[in-house]
Amino acid sequence: MKLTKLTALAATTALCAPMAFAADMADEMTIVSWGGAYSKSQLKAYHEPYSEKTGVKIINDESSAEAVAKLRAMNEAGNVTWDVVDVVAADAMRLCDEGLAMEIDADTQLAAAPDGTPATEDFGDLLVSECFIPQIVYSTTFGYRTDLVGDTPPTNVCAVFDLEAYPGKRALEKRAINNMEWALLCDGVAKDEVYDVLETEEGQERALAKLDTIKDSVIWWSAGADTPQLLADGEIVMGSTYNGRLFSVIEEQKQPVAMLWDAQIFDLDGWIIPAGLSEERKARALDYIMFATDTQRLADQAAYISYGPARASSAPLVGKHADLGIDMAPHMPTDPANAQNTFLYNYEFWADYRDDIEGKFQAWLAK
Amino acid sequence: MSDITQSGPVLAADGTPLKRSLARALRMQKLRALMLIAPLLLFILLTFIFPIADMLFRSVENGIVADTLPKTVVALQDWDPDSGEAPGEEVFTALAADMQVAAKEKTHTRLGTRLNYELTGISSLFRKSGRKVSRWDLAADAPFKDKFLSIDKDWGSIEVWRTISTYTPKYTNGYFLNSVDMQKGPDGAEMRPENQQIYITLFMRTLVMSLVITGSCILLGYPVAWILANLPSRTANMLMILVLLPFWTSLLVRTSAWKVMLQQQGVINDVLVWLGFVADDARLVMINNQFGTIVAMTHILLPFMILPMYSVMQTIQPTYLRAAKSLGATNWTAFWRVYFPQSVPGIGAGSILVFILAIGYYITPEIVGGTKGVFISNRIAYHISSSLNWGLAAALGTILLAVVLLLYWTYDKIVGIDNVKLG
Repeated sequence: MKLTKLTALAATTALCAPMAFAADMADEMTIVSWGGAYSKSQLKAYHEPYSEKTGVKIINDESSAEAVAKLRAMNEAGNVTWDVVDVVAADAMRLCDEGLAMEIDADTQLAAAPDGTPATEDFGDLLVSECFIPQIVYSTTFGYRTDLVGDTPPTNVCAVFDLEAYPGKRALEKRAINNMEWALLCDGVAKDEVYDVLETEEGQERALAKLDTIKDSVIWWSAGADTPQLLADGEIVMGSTYNGRLFSVIEEQKQPVAMLWDAQIFDLDGWIIPAGLSEERKARALDYIMFATDTQRLADQAAYISYGPARASSAPLVGKHADLGIDMAPHMPTDPANAQNTFLYNYEFWADYRDDIEGKFQAWLAK
Repeated sequence: MSDITQSGPVLAADGTPLKRSLARALRMQKLRALMLIAPLLLFILLTFIFPIADMLFRSVENGIVADTLPKTVVALQDWDPDSGEAPGEEVFTALAADMQVAAKEKTHTRLGTRLNYELTGISSLFRKSGRKVSRWDLAADAPFKDKFLSIDKDWGSIEVWRTISTYTPKYTNGYFLNSVDMQKGPDGAEMRPENQQIYITLFMRTLVMSLVITGSCILLGYPVAWILANLPSRTANMLMILVLLPFWTSLLVRTSAWKVMLQQQGVINDVLVWLGFVADDARLVMINNQFGTIVAMTHILLPFMILPMYSVMQTIQPTYLRAAKSLGATNWTAFWRVYFPQSVPGIGAGSILVFILAIGYYITPEIVGGTKGVFISNRIAYHISSSLNWGLAAALGTILLAVVLLLYWTYDKIVGIDNVKLG
C-alpha cells in the first residue's frame, strides 16, 4: 500500500499544488466552493467580513463539484490541504459516513440565534448529518420562456411531459436523480409514494417509459449554467436547473423567462470540515464556521443570491438584493407562495439505489 | 570476408579479445547516456508510470472485504451458498466483532459502498447496522444472529451473504466483467440484463467516432498542408498562423463557439433559414449528438494532423513532380504515384496523433455530445469524480489502454511505425 500512498500523494500535490504550502501557514485558510455567483455571494457575506475581523487571508478554491473524490484522495495521501468545504447534503452524508469529514456538535460549536434559540432548533430538520452545517436551501426547478409558451403559461410540472400544449425542446439534467421523481409524479404516482414505486424494477421501468415520451425533445445538461444559456438563446421552451441560476437570468439579465415552482425539489448546501486537520487549523475552521453560519451572516448571503437561508431566524432578516434593490424574499424557494407544492429529495434512497438506477438511466440514454 | 578464416579471436592492445573490449566500451557509453537521462527517467517513473500503474491496479484490487471483516471471512469459509440458508451463529459472532472495529474507524460504510456496486441496498444495511453494533457488549450480548436480524431482516438474506462471500478474495475480476457489461452470477460470469448494457456500446462508439474524426482530419488537413508546403514561405508563414491561432485558443472557448454556431437557433441554422434552404420550424439538429462531436473534435484536432503532414511535405522535392510530368504523366498520375507515396509518413504521423488524442477525449464530447455523442472517457470521468467507483473507472481505463496498444501494434504491422515521420 506504500505505492497507493505515493500515488495519492502525487495526485493530490498535482491537484492542489497552488495551496499545498499556503494551507499550513497560520494566517491563511483554504475554502472550497462552487464558483460563479454563489462563491461571490459567500465572498461578500462571509469571507470579507471574516478577514476584516480576524485578519485571516481566505483562499478560494472552486472544486466543490469534485470535492468528495479529492477529499478521498487527500485522505489516502494523509495530506489534507482544505480547511472548509462547501458541499451538497448528500455529499456531506457520504463524507461523514466514510469518516472524511469531522463531526460537529451543533449546539456548542455553532452560534445560537440572537434570541438565544440553540442552533439545533434554529436549523431544525436541516441538520441532516452530524458533519454537515447547513447554509442555504436551494431547489432544482423549471424555468420557461414566456414568449414561447403561448397564452397559457405552465403552472404544473407535468407541462414538461406535455409536447402537445408546449411543443419544443426541454432541458433536463443528464442523470437519473430528480428526473425519475418528476416522471413518476407525472405518471400519476402520489407524492409520498414516489420512492416506494421507484424502489421496484417496474417502477424504474415506468419512470423511464414516461421519460421516453419526451426523449427526442430533450437536451441533456451536465452543468447548471447550460439551462439558463439555452433559455436565453431560445433553444428550449423549458428546462430544469437551480433556482438561483434562473433568478439571475430573469432578474439580472432580464430575459423573457419565468419560474415554474411546482414540484421544485429542495436540497441543501452547507459546510463540512475535513477530518484529519491539525488542531490549529481545526480551531480556525470551527471559528470561521461559527462566524459564517450565524443568523445575520446567512441573511446577508441572501442579498446576493436567491437561495434561502438555512436558519429559521434568518428568514425575517432577508432584505433587498445588493445591486438590484429588489425584495429577495419572494424569490426564495422557501417563500410560502413558491413552496406550495415542493418535493423532498430522499438522500437515503439515492445512497442505496444510485449506482443501480444511474446505470439503467445511462444505458437508456445511450439507446 | 576472408580475414575471418584467421585462427583465434582478434586481440586488442591490452590482450583482451577485441569483441569483449568493444562490448565493454559500448556498455560504458550506454551507461553514461543512461546516467544523463536518469533524472528525467526517474521523474517520469515517479510522477507518470507509477501512478498510472497504481491506478490501473485498482481495477482488480478488492482487499476491502477481507480487511474490514477479517474474522467473518474466515468463519464464512464453511458456509455453502447453495444450502439455501443464511450462515449460522458463529459467522454472526465474528461479524459483530468485525463490525465494532469497523464502525469505530468508519470503514464499514466504505465496505457497504463497495458491495452496493454489486447488490443494491447493502450500503444502507451496513450504515444502519454499524451504529447499533458499536453499542453491543461482545461478551454479554450473545447470541448475535437474532440481534442482527432485528436490525434488518436482510441479514438473513442469501443474496447478501452470497455477495459478501463472492467478494472475499483479495483480487476480483468483477470490475472488468462490469466494464464489458457482464456480472458475477451464481454460476460464474453472465451478461447483465439488456437494459443495463452500456459499456460495449460506448467502446465501439468511441472507436468508430475516433476513426471518423481521424478520417475527416485527413481529408481536410491534406489540402491545407499541401498548400502550406508549396506556397512561398512568406505567405505560408502567414497561413500557418491561421492554423495555429485556434490551436492557441482555449479548448472550452472553441467548443462553446461550436455550440453557438451549430445550435438550432444558431448562426448556421439562421443563415440556412434566411437563404430559404430550411423551413423555420424544421431547423437542423446539428449539436448535442454525434455530428456535433465529430465537427467540434475535427476542428480541435486538425492542427495535429496538418503540422506533421506539412513538415513531411516540405521535404518532398518539387523536381520529382516535374520529372514525372516531363516523362508524360498526367497531373493525377504524378500526384498519386509520385507525390502521394512520399507524403504517407506525414499522414501516418498525423493519424496516429489524432486518433490517440481522440480516443481519450472527454471535454468536447461532454459539452457538445448530448447522449449519443459521448465517449467512454466521459464514463470514466463520471466514475472517478461523481460515482466514486474508482475500481470500475480503472477497469474501463485499462481496457481503453489495452485497445490503444493493440491498435498501435496493428498499425505497426500494417503501416510500419518506421514509416511515420514528423519531418
